[in-house]
Amino acid sequence: MAKTQNSAAGGKPAAETIEPILNVDGVTLQYKTKEHLITATYRVGFDVFPADRFVLLGPSGCGKSTLLKGIAGYMKPVEGAIRLKGREISDPGPDRVMVFQEFDQLLPWKTVKQNITFALRNGKKTDNAAEADDIAMEYINKVKLTGFADTYPHMLSGGMKQRVAIARGMAMEPDVLLMDEPFAALDALTRLQMQKELLQLWEDTHFTVLFVTHSIEEALIVGSRILVLSPHPGQVKAELNAHHLNHDNVGQKGFADVQQRIHDMLFADRILEDEIQAADRA
Amino acid sequence: MSTSSTRKKDSLPELVIRPEFELSDIEQAQTGDVARKLSLVERIWNINGVRKAVILLTLVAAWQAYTVGLDVEPLMLPRFTISFVALYEALFHGDLIYKIWFSVKVLLIGYGAGLALSAVLILWATANRFGSDFISMATAMFNPLPAIALLPLAMLWFGLGTASLVFVLIHSVLWAVALSTHNGFENVSQTLRMIGRNYGLHGIRYVAKILVPAALPSILAGMKIGWAFAWRTLIGAELVFGASSGSGGLGWFIFESSQNLETEGVFAGLFAVILIGIVVENVVFRNVELKTVNRWGMQS
Amino acid sequence: MSNVPNILTRPEFEASEIGKAVTSDVARKLTLFERISDMHSVRKLTILVLLVALWELYTRWSEVSPLILPRFSSTAYALYLAVAGEQLLIMVWNSVTVLIAGYIIGLVIATILTTAATTTRFGSDILSTLTAMLNPLPAIALLPLALLWFGLGADAIIFTLLHSVIWPVALNAHVGFMSVSETQRMVGRNYGLKGLIYVGKLLIPAAFPQILMGLKIGWAYAWRTLIAAELVFGGSISDTTETSGGLGWFIFANQMDLQIPHVFAGLFMVILVGVFVENVIFNFIENRTVRRWGMQAR
Repeated sequence: MAKTQNSAAGGKPAAETIEPILNVDGVTLQYKTKEHLITATYRVGFDVFPADRFVLLGPSGCGKSTLLKGIAGYMKPVEGAIRLKGREISDPGPDRVMVFQEFDQLLPWKTVKQNITFALRNGKKTDNAAEADDIAMEYINKVKLTGFADTYPHMLSGGMKQRVAIARGMAMEPDVLLMDEPFAALDALTRLQMQKELLQLWEDTHFTVLFVTHSIEEALIVGSRILVLSPHPGQVKAELNAHHLNHDNVGQKGFADVQQRIHDMLFADRILEDEIQAADRA
Repeated sequence: MSTSSTRKKDSLPELVIRPEFELSDIEQAQTGDVARKLSLVERIWNINGVRKAVILLTLVAAWQAYTVGLDVEPLMLPRFTISFVALYEALFHGDLIYKIWFSVKVLLIGYGAGLALSAVLILWATANRFGSDFISMATAMFNPLPAIALLPLAMLWFGLGTASLVFVLIHSVLWAVALSTHNGFENVSQTLRMIGRNYGLHGIRYVAKILVPAALPSILAGMKIGWAFAWRTLIGAELVFGASSGSGGLGWFIFESSQNLETEGVFAGLFAVILIGIVVENVVFRNVELKTVNRWGMQS
Repeated sequence: MSNVPNILTRPEFEASEIGKAVTSDVARKLTLFERISDMHSVRKLTILVLLVALWELYTRWSEVSPLILPRFSSTAYALYLAVAGEQLLIMVWNSVTVLIAGYIIGLVIATILTTAATTTRFGSDILSTLTAMLNPLPAIALLPLALLWFGLGADAIIFTLLHSVIWPVALNAHVGFMSVSETQRMVGRNYGLKGLIYVGKLLIPAAFPQILMGLKIGWAYAWRTLIAAELVFGGSISDTTETSGGLGWFIFANQMDLQIPHVFAGLFMVILVGVFVENVIFNFIENRTVRRWGMQAR
């Protein structure tokens, strides 16, 4: 990250002079259920640049979570390639840390601090216990959970658990932070609060984040660049800029226009997806 | 990568702004494979029963090959075929079927009585706190006491015969069921309790319509453990005292065969024990679970 | 439509300053008596004392034959005698060492089976076939075969103990591993855990509630099997010298000699060992692990 940022210092760099940190190139992903083989994404391609708050947006069934799992290394593409800093991804690794939607992503048998030091030490970030402790406390302070460092996760509220997960992800200082609908299971007020805090944290370090959501509003607030995906199978529909939009713009004319534009894009040719899902559930 | 705290604000990477684009029409996905059915072979191999049957046949074949190939002394390990024939003979030409019936009858009486008693205890415990304390005390004390250890006393009190067996069976069922039912009741969510009272349920109707269904996973788990203990106790008791009581059941059949050095008879008896166990666990309890907790999505 | 109630519009208001709540009872401490009677141990102890008193009084007043039900006091005295003079403790130790040997070997075999079952689908099929068949088979039913194969002695008992431990432990551990949430698996792999480290640091703690349940059931079966096997042994070998038998044999021998207070004393010992293992050892492990982590299985 250091090299690209030096060459980019001063002024806004043009897209050509700077290398994308993550390159997704014509990726098709498939997975098996009990009865079917599902194609989740079909020849999806995009570039993520350093400091991007890159959002994958689409309705359920567009393969955005599957795509994130592919980038994390949990699935191999059937065709195409995913490259991180020019190197093809083959396995999960601590250079791409994932923050999940589910609250059970925290290990229940470890305290808040231990969850972070566990990641730091197993992810080969540091071998020194004291240093791991320091880093963990720094990020616990950042997400305002100082008083809960020695608490076990089952005592925390949903929002606090997600804060810990984000702190754990950021403490690893990954090349790209992958967030899979991290706020979807939270109540509306907490979600708003968490979005603000995430933007605040981004202001501090300009980390690169890949964010999956199905909420158009959340995409516009959180994202700087939005990839719109169509469902069945997931294909690229558009790539839009949203770096100029945040909470303050919600309800304003410009914000509402983009919102409407994406909405039309997504629901113009909507396909009923319930059949396959119902068949799989049975 | 340096740690974030030392990084200067002006050296932070800046956003790379690039032009937007929108695809007017998306090419049709060409794989034709958006949702393909799995092939026949894939699906047959996915059937658990098929794979398990293959394993079972392999094990039986290994047993037979070992005993035939090495000419093992039939007293130590009879061939599978001989054991199987012994089972067939005992079932259809011997009195094994009556011995099974004898065991099952005693088991059902003991199990039923144990369930009834634990229901009484549990009702008492839900009605008042003293009952609840008594149950947790008694289960903590008696649940670790193997029922079979009471058999010597039972024979003293009730003499040789069915009554003694029923007594120890009750002991083996009662505490296991009472313990997990009691725990189940205590863990019924406040929300469900309030809903029940909201709709005006009281007393026995409250127990039957709210507590029992809500705690059913625990109750079933207790009944399964109770069955397992009872089955073990019965076979053990028949082995120990079948000799003294004379008219025995399945355990007595095994004991008798081993005393007469008819090892194939021992295996025949074990087959019968396994079959009954499988029927009760995989047919009776499985069906009850499928009809209730699985259908309600409550399995623990 | 005219008899439908309409919205009644009232003026809005906003409280500028909220008054202090005046009841001093927002959080009152309970009185001493309330707190003592809330203590489980106190209430349970009371019940225990009541039961013992009832037993003693009943046997004194109804003149019930001591062969049927001895007094509590004579039972307690018999227990004292047996512990002090008749080497009951040695017999308990005999039982416990056999139990521990069988339990530990059983755990090792169960671990191998579970490892095979968790890493390969073939192993998983073998385990589920074997457990479905052998778990419902009471271990004690194998004792006649064990006697045939290993002769009279500890080996035969250990063989049956193995059988009673392996299946519930392997079955529960396997189910536990299988039901570790997909999210937690992905988290582990995200931080680069692989192979044995992945199993030790992620799968085992995540499946611990189930594993512990298997250990408890395995213990319960083994304890029952041991006592039963010793009772059978009592029947098979009557010439055992007094100190070489176990707890089950102590009960059996005293019943044969119509030493009923001693039979009760033996039963007390069985309860004590059982309560110790379940309420001290397993409770300690539970408090340190699944309960602290908020993971206890319902």
